[in-house]
Amino acid sequence: MTEDPARSALFRLVRDEGRRVLATLVRQLGDLPLAEDAVQDATVRALETWPRDGVPEQPRAWLTLTARRRAIDLLRREAARSGKEGLAVVPEDPPPPETVRDDLLRLIFVCCHPALAHETQVALALRTLCGLSVAEVGQALLVPEETMAKRLTRARQKIARAAIPYRVPDDHELPDRLRAVLATVYLLFTEGYDPVGEVRPTLVDEAVRLTRLLRELMPGEPSVLGLLALELLTDSRREARRDAAGLPVLLADQDRSRWRTDLIEEGVRLVGEGLRRSPDRPDPYVVQAAIAACHALAPTWADTDWGAVVSWYDVLLEVQDTPVVRLNRAAALAERDGPAAGLAAVDAVAGLERYPLRHAARAELLDRLGDHLAARAAYDAALALPQDPAQAAQLRRRRDRG
Amino acid sequence: MPQYAALIYAADVDWSRPEFADVTKEYGAFGEAAAAVIRGGAALYPTGTATTVRVQGGKGGDVVTTDGPYAETKEALTGFYLLECADLDEAVRWAAQLPGAWDGAIEVRPVIDFGAQGG
Repeated sequence: MTEDPARSALFRLVRDEGRRVLATLVRQLGDLPLAEDAVQDATVRALETWPRDGVPEQPRAWLTLTARRRAIDLLRREAARSGKEGLAVVPEDPPPPETVRDDLLRLIFVCCHPALAHETQVALALRTLCGLSVAEVGQALLVPEETMAKRLTRARQKIARAAIPYRVPDDHELPDRLRAVLATVYLLFTEGYDPVGEVRPTLVDEAVRLTRLLRELMPGEPSVLGLLALELLTDSRREARRDAAGLPVLLADQDRSRWRTDLIEEGVRLVGEGLRRSPDRPDPYVVQAAIAACHALAPTWADTDWGAVVSWYDVLLEVQDTPVVRLNRAAALAERDGPAAGLAAVDAVAGLERYPLRHAARAELLDRLGDHLAARAAYDAALALPQDPAQAAQLRRRRDRG
Repeated sequence: MPQYAALIYAADVDWSRPEFADVTKEYGAFGEAAAAVIRGGAALYPTGTATTVRVQGGKGGDVVTTDGPYAETKEALTGFYLLECADLDEAVRWAAQLPGAWDGAIEVRPVIDFGAQGG
């Protein structure tokens, strides 16, 4: 958004505090759109006046007061228009920290409620939880602003009309609901960090920030630790994953000196904590992060501890058995036991006939086995399937080099 | 408290026939369990008995009836309940206990409260 560090720090402060103020105001008003309008107004004012007058001693109290005044204003106007009394009484005092924490969780669980479509959850997460403007949400998700505005309006309408509750789920439903929240946040991350497409830093950064917030709110929750670790370890490779021409660079070929060691260190630490907190049945995010950590800690592709990678995939299969996980395990197996064993393992994976990377993996292994003709056919099979143009360009390059 | 219509989409069969007695019994059990939230409802004969009515040219125009349901779908609207619940989560919990959800699907829709609407 802006390059001036002081200004971006201010932006962050206003948005973080704005989100807390919003979470509480939604509960007090019982009206998400109204609370959003009021807080938006307050944050805009903060960004106008704070750079000039200085940041107030208690930014949250300032934002609370300004947002509350605005809400009362809007309610009065609405009351005058409809001839009804404005009824909402908004308490004066800022709530204690535990209440703010619960308010934030409530807001997160509303935005990621399973009764809302995934794309709606992602849009709401960016708008309501991250505080992006409608135009910014549209840009981030590659949707025209007007379409995005309609989608968000429909979402808020559904929340209000269908009475999606503003509450933290009970203990017995919490695991499921938390999984849904993390899936939404991870979707936000992968949208921004598509392994082949353009990196959209806004989405990646917002996803990481949301995950950090969740960690703050639910410290010690293994799946949150795992997701944060996975995101940081993945994001540590951001600078190395494309070449000068903008084509994706395979993990094997990446310049590891460009990986962010601070993110790797933090990610590895989180993996350890996540594993300690779920020793019996590791959380799938923690295990995926453990695999990412094996790569992150290896000085070169050849020096990767493939035995450990394969073992982690075995653990992952126990908690999340999908064809793509099996394919990735087969690729790691090829590094540990050689291309023939790897190829046999790839061929044993069913259900990925329409997945280009399965054919690409076969092609790579066939090449290594010296069967270049079959390899070429496998590359062609991969390229015949619909996929991202950057990935296709990279596959063509690998095919023609072989 | 908000009210929800739980629209039951299930096999388009005659649920009054004796071979469906087991299902009917399940609905009876639901009726007892959910008595506190049920505000109304009905089971419907299959779509083969439906008549769809349109008035051509708007109000006062020609009444045109067609034999059959408004939309032909694999699963048909076979009945509905009106439920009064605290929020959507509660409505979904009850909907999941309807036998129709186990085989077909329940569409849960909030009901407009014209009394509470500003206009």
